[in-house]
Amino acid sequence: MFTETALVRKKQRTEIAAKAVFMAMTILMILPLVMILAYLFYKAIPILSFDFLFANPKNGMRGGGIWAPFLGTMYLVVISLLISAPIGVFAAVYLNEYARDNWFTRIINLAVVNLAGVPSIVHALFGLGAFVLFAGMGRSILAASLTLAIMTLPVIIASTKESLASVPRAFREACWNVGATRWQTIRHIVLPNSISGILTGVILQVSRTAGETAPVMFTGAVFFKKISEGDIFAYNLFDQCMALSMHLFTISTQVPDVPKALPYGTAVVLLGTVLLVNAVSITLRVYLRSRKKW
Amino acid sequence: MSAKRRFGTLTEPIIEGLIRFCGISAILFVLGIFFFVFREGADFLVTKLDVKQFLTSQEWYPDSPSNKRYGVLALLAGTASVTVLAMVIAVPFGLGAAIFISEFCSARLKEIFKIVIELLAAIPSVVWGFIGLTVMNPLIIEIFNAPIGLNVLNGGIILALMSVPIIVSIGEDALKAVPDTYREASLALGATKWQMVYRVLLPAAKNGLLAAALLGVGRGVGETIAVLMATGHAVQIPDSLLDPVRTLTATIAAELGEAPVGSDHYQVLFIIGILLFSITFVVNLVADLIVKGIKGK
Repeated sequence: MFTETALVRKKQRTEIAAKAVFMAMTILMILPLVMILAYLFYKAIPILSFDFLFANPKNGMRGGGIWAPFLGTMYLVVISLLISAPIGVFAAVYLNEYARDNWFTRIINLAVVNLAGVPSIVHALFGLGAFVLFAGMGRSILAASLTLAIMTLPVIIASTKESLASVPRAFREACWNVGATRWQTIRHIVLPNSISGILTGVILQVSRTAGETAPVMFTGAVFFKKISEGDIFAYNLFDQCMALSMHLFTISTQVPDVPKALPYGTAVVLLGTVLLVNAVSITLRVYLRSRKKW
Repeated sequence: MSAKRRFGTLTEPIIEGLIRFCGISAILFVLGIFFFVFREGADFLVTKLDVKQFLTSQEWYPDSPSNKRYGVLALLAGTASVTVLAMVIAVPFGLGAAIFISEFCSARLKEIFKIVIELLAAIPSVVWGFIGLTVMNPLIIEIFNAPIGLNVLNGGIILALMSVPIIVSIGEDALKAVPDTYREASLALGATKWQMVYRVLLPAAKNGLLAAALLGVGRGVGETIAVLMATGHAVQIPDSLLDPVRTLTATIAAELGEAPVGSDHYQVLFIIGILLFSITFVVNLVADLIVKGIKGK
């Protein structure tokens, strides 16, 4: 019969201890966060309503709702993605389909990595120097959207490149063999087969753009701006706008005597939007992956 | 030649040109960022800035009417203290979680954890700052009996929570990159999972794990709004974890709105931007080289 020696028992004890420690670390990391988020929601409940979402801030930000900042954030997100998504997808197509493996391609890849690592406040300085002052756009939705677009660009390039690379090479070869050109192959074979991955990558950037504060603070977002309630075309491209993220920053640090529930409500709407968009993106990805044909 | 075909031969070079242009756009943007940030601060940098004072003095008095002094040592210390504390917390926890998720838990649980971590990574930094302000602040005052809860400790914890998702996902990628044959070989020799992790996986994945930690540092140095809200506003070299500090990023965010365009103060803020850009550039470059090193093998 096999009996456990002291050594084996010691091994098993360490094994159980190691597993327990790693599990505890994982749980310790996630649990407090879930509790904090639940706490934010709990504090925000009294104020959350349709009126809160569709009313402008009132009484020097001490009352009313979040319509102007909410709509402003929507504008910034949509316009910046309209700019960054095509450029990012084309850039990824270049890197994955056209570029040869040489020093120039390596420099482009290095630039993408470094662009991704530029601190958001440096993007803000760049946006201020290049778009607001040099290009003469002034502080406007356009300047802020361009700044955000450049910030999200590297992430869109990276995620698109990954989905393009997951299309098997045999698909391309089959297409070339029937006489298609490079672009025809990309347009009719590569892009349709990777569109799901590209889309989830772009959707994910919605949440990142919506949450950014520093880059819009000096390029287009303002402390307060009154717009007509319920009108989704209330902003113009060259207007300044309010933004949800900056609104949360101002009412929780700059304005005294704000009713307690107001910043919590704003935080929860911002957080809820971001998490919702992410959940949609993740669900889409899981669903499309399960339908993949290869 | 049919009309459609002719249209194709006409548009194709245009589209390919566009694709090529977008491809090199990343280089243009990086150069553009450096150029425009530098351009706004260049005048002061070349003519008036005392570089030695800038880097070694802790006297940051940009508003003083008689004797303006621009020393960023205290701000550097603020950034360093908050980032170091964040990494001391986040690196062990992040790597521990990466090991658990990658090696110890079931496939189903792994999927769930990965989704949760992805969601955590999406929480906006201003919301983190708000958590620092409303949740951590009273907690720190209560527990440590501190006069103010907005300090290095608060900023460090918030920054740690923010960096953990990046460290976990990159760390997990690094562990996934270790071939399964390594795992099978060590298990076949009778090693327990812990022995396999400790003796085989960690040495094999150490570059990737190092890169994960470095990217966490890059994030920490560059984070703005969350540390602005959570660290208090005192420009000083901290003596303890309970001292409030001010980081490089927070200084730009807090003062840029008030500095008149083109003034010395305004230009110095852009020079701080160049400093930040350089720091994160180096950190990211090193992390990238380490990752490339793994793939090259």
